[in-house]
Amino acid sequence: METKNIMIVGVGGQGTLLTSRILGNMTRKEGYDVKISEVHGMAQRGGSVVTYVRYGDNVAEPIVEEGCADVLIAFERLEALRYAHFLKKDGVLIVNDVRMDPMPVAIGAAEYPENIIENLSKKHKVISLDAKAEAVKLGNARVFNTIIIGVAAKRMDFDKDTWIEVIRETVKPKTVDINIAAFNLGFDFI
Amino acid sequence: MSEKAGTQMVMLGNAAIARGAYEAGVKVSAAYPGTPSTEISENLVKYKDELYCEWSPNEKVAMEVAIGASFHGVRAMASMKHVGVNVASDPLFTIAYAGVNGGLVIVAADDPGLYSSQNEQDSRMVARAAMVPVIEPSDSEEARIFTKRAFELSEKYDTPIMVRTTTRLAHSQCIVNLEERQDIEDKPYVKNIAKNVMMPAMAKARHLIVEERMKKMSEDGYDLDLNKVYYNDTKVGVITSGIPYQYVKEVMPEASVLKLGLVHPLPRKLIEEFASKVDKLYIVEELEPVIEEQVKSWGIKCTGKEILTVQGEYSANLLRKAILGQKLDIEPAADVPARPPILCPGCPHRSVYHVLKKLKKHAAGDIGCYTLGAVAPLQVVETSACMGSSISTLHGLEKAKGSEYVKDWVACIGDSTFLHTGVNSLMNMVYNKATGTVIIMDNSTTGMTGHQDHAATGKTLMGDDTYMIDIFNLCKALGIENVVEVDAFDMKKLEEVIKEETARDAVSVIIAKSLCALHKDFVPKGKCKVDTEKCKKCGMCMASACPAIHKAADGSAEIDETLCNGCGHCAGCCPFGAISLIPANR
Repeated sequence: METKNIMIVGVGGQGTLLTSRILGNMTRKEGYDVKISEVHGMAQRGGSVVTYVRYGDNVAEPIVEEGCADVLIAFERLEALRYAHFLKKDGVLIVNDVRMDPMPVAIGAAEYPENIIENLSKKHKVISLDAKAEAVKLGNARVFNTIIIGVAAKRMDFDKDTWIEVIRETVKPKTVDINIAAFNLGFDFI
Repeated sequence: MSEKAGTQMVMLGNAAIARGAYEAGVKVSAAYPGTPSTEISENLVKYKDELYCEWSPNEKVAMEVAIGASFHGVRAMASMKHVGVNVASDPLFTIAYAGVNGGLVIVAADDPGLYSSQNEQDSRMVARAAMVPVIEPSDSEEARIFTKRAFELSEKYDTPIMVRTTTRLAHSQCIVNLEERQDIEDKPYVKNIAKNVMMPAMAKARHLIVEERMKKMSEDGYDLDLNKVYYNDTKVGVITSGIPYQYVKEVMPEASVLKLGLVHPLPRKLIEEFASKVDKLYIVEELEPVIEEQVKSWGIKCTGKEILTVQGEYSANLLRKAILGQKLDIEPAADVPARPPILCPGCPHRSVYHVLKKLKKHAAGDIGCYTLGAVAPLQVVETSACMGSSISTLHGLEKAKGSEYVKDWVACIGDSTFLHTGVNSLMNMVYNKATGTVIIMDNSTTGMTGHQDHAATGKTLMGDDTYMIDIFNLCKALGIENVVEVDAFDMKKLEEVIKEETARDAVSVIIAKSLCALHKDFVPKGKCKVDTEKCKKCGMCMASACPAIHKAADGSAEIDETLCNGCGHCAGCCPFGAISLIPANR
């Protein structure tokens, strides 16, 4: 199998590492070779962060190159735009439709771009949802990323039950139920 | 998932280094946290029933702890980030002469691309200067195996061995095969002053042995299993090591490759043989041309930094462009506002910088989350060099410009950094009659690297309770009369104290204390809320850059309650009383 490339981008502190861990454990369970590359340290303090997950028969490089991502998962709109050029021509972009102003915008030194989703939709296959609002409805705003994993899972070739098994094994025991509910919500989203 | 021998796990490079050390029978490990090396100790502690590991106050101490263990016949390790190697370089350069008893491994984690560092130095250069052999793995599985082999090589050649990693290796995960822990017997301690006490006469003799050892290792490198030669199409040959090997494999599957595991001393004969068999030779190494310059000095023609950068990380696309000359059909990146890291919501440093800014004070900064006080809109931190330097640079500026000049300045340093090397600088201020003001921004943890304990937290890396060094009394004991502890969020008191202490003609220490908002023991006081009726849209609450506050469509302040950590700082900044801290229900 040709190596599949997945990227998860967002704002430091949003939980991109948990998401990549779930994806990594999933692909491993399915018997693939896998490499995951993360960002730790200073960027985790509210900076732009990116995580790469690559899986296939034999994976060498641990990062995804520009123009090569099969799936780009963005936890925030501006971050979707920042990394959209990493997508393959027929790649899928899944966006959490929320706005988080970076400091240059907050202090008026830069403008937050308008109509990001509309503009990206002209070039790419885009699935957007306000996962945070959905997560709040479920009772915990922090599980928004598991909703997004559900949306992504629908577009990947793995069994739904295996996903749920992996989530059960990866998240904190106290949060298993709400994470599974979040995953199901995302999986059935569109 | 359990970590049982005989099973496989997806592991972070740093976790794999810890696993390799565990399997090698390491008994003592010491480190100071620093990205990208921190997770080595955090993973090693999982095996605490079978080994000892600690956070030391700095890398020099950590290295010496490991050296002491090695002298007495057990396998020992010290791990640190690249700039930590500088701190530890004093013992490093000399232990290379004395050699080891139990295997001694130093992990040096470089940071090409500066994800979380103040420079982009190449530890291989330091190791060359120190005459310390270096091995370099290229993925997590190799990180485990190489670390294990490093202990064997250390004992075989009677030398400390450096395992060099980079951020990409340290923070990438791949499949790792777990093996049993080796049952390594302690070697007997034998008194040997000629070998273990480095005075001029002894060191003179040892220097010759070091030169011989490096020569021998270079020769033995010819068939060392850590070096791998893959002959393929011999029109193009590549010499590489570490993470760049993965990019070469991705981009040039047809090329012949010499993948070096031992990167210092270089296996000259192996390299000469490989070079003679390929028509065109490339050297692919991140950062400095360490391999390339040596190979060129032997009269071998090769191409490296003429077409490849010394800055940042490499990638497959970078090699496609530079070596294969491919023009890649890639959409340009969108021109979007940057998202630099910033102080977190609820961070106690914000409040201190807000007051300093108000008082028009300048800060000599240091290394930690609080270096972010240099970023807009705060921009209070104006200078910063390395760990502990805030206090000594403050002292230097006073000696340069006088005691009136220093009244406009303060040093800002965190609690962990203060204990790392700041305390020596403070001693110097007392000794050499300084009058400056030092603010210790005490959030009771090592924040930036992810909340590691230190000598003033009352907990060890192994999770045991211990004596909590009292920073207040430590400063007092140095002879400083004016030591004041203030709640970091009490802006009124902070303002008063900063004014008073900076005006004083004597050294002062202000301890601005409040727990890091990301610490596991942090309990938010509540959530902040904006009364939109009272909000005058002046933007004062946004002046100290809390990521939880932004402007709503109508220009009034809006607080994202999922981000707010309820510190109340914004409420204190609002001149119209439009923001209030709603206490949490307990």
